[in-house]
Amino acid sequence: MPATLLQQLRHLDTLTAALMGGVSVQLQPMTGEVPVLQVSIEGREELPIFITCSDAQIICLCYLWTDDEVRPERRAEMMETMLDLSPSVPLSAFGRVGGRFVLVGALSRSARPEDVAHEIAVLSDNALDALDALAEFLR
Amino acid sequence: MTVIKKLVTLLRGSTREIGQSLVDANATRIYEQEIIDAKTSISEAKTELTGVMAQEKQSARDIKRIQGDIRRYEDMAVQALDKVNEPLALEVAERVATLEAELAEQTQAHAGYALQVSRLKDLIRAAEGRVREHEREIGIAKTTESVYRATQKISDSMGASGSKLVSARESLERIKKRHEDLADRMAAADELDLELGHRALERKLSDAGIGDNPKVRVAEVMARIRARHDAAAPQALPAPKPNAS
Repeated sequence: MPATLLQQLRHLDTLTAALMGGVSVQLQPMTGEVPVLQVSIEGREELPIFITCSDAQIICLCYLWTDDEVRPERRAEMMETMLDLSPSVPLSAFGRVGGRFVLVGALSRSARPEDVAHEIAVLSDNALDALDALAEFLR
Repeated sequence: MTVIKKLVTLLRGSTREIGQSLVDANATRIYEQEIIDAKTSISEAKTELTGVMAQEKQSARDIKRIQGDIRRYEDMAVQALDKVNEPLALEVAERVATLEAELAEQTQAHAGYALQVSRLKDLIRAAEGRVREHEREIGIAKTTESVYRATQKISDSMGASGSKLVSARESLERIKKRHEDLADRMAAADELDLELGHRALERKLSDAGIGDNPKVRVAEVMARIRARHDAAAPQALPAPKPNAS
């Protein structure tokens, strides 16, 4: 790996902040063997974005809700709605990772920090929008 | 088994294991080695292909040259017969026969080269397909691993700090509330500005002596009171401090 994720995305906080109209954005690496960066955006602290990477990709994740939070009687309807929505959601797709519903966006491992910042800003907007739109399916 | 099929099977089991078991280090190493081998054989095949294609071109040129020679010698044999020189014609015919044998040999070689070229091209195509497929499989496997391991780590860290005990609905409410608060504050600021702007104008007007002026009114009232006071008590006592408000 040529550079660590944090080295590669050094100015991501400033870049994202500028894209989002000057809100405060905090970049926090999580310790451990898997590289994970947490991006907290002022006013949306409850919906942080997590960035991780493999050899080929940079993956941005926003955890929306857990399986337990879904109203059981409306579960199928919610899944279908998410599938139908997914192609329209800009730059990201709905998914589920180990019982957590997510919005996920992937970029090339060599993506520029500017592109990652753009992804983060859009992902955060999408997540908030999706949460608002799909809250009716949640307890 | 393709990697997506394998993934589907794994997803039916425990998701906790996915990060590890989809790409056991051994399988990844094997795939990566296969990619390296395939890439090597592609580059070797390409070098060989260049050589064979050059030979193919060369043999095509040879065939043309031999065909030209045969035509030329046949013409000469005809001329020898015209001159009734049978032995010379026979000699030339022998030459032509040799050339024809050479032509047959070259034609066969040429067909062989052409076959080899198409075989090498197939081989390269197949190897490139294999590389692409392995790279895709490793890509899927590693991405899955990253996503699941990152999620595990995030879950663990959230669990440790007890931070994400808030439901998505609550999160939404909080974010919305914050948005509303901000909107309210901005509206209040607007109102205040309007009011201050209005008051500022009043002040300017009163400073210019236009309109209802409380300062002038207070001064007039004060003068009246002082006049009454002075009339009632001729001794000059200090005037009590007026309260202008």
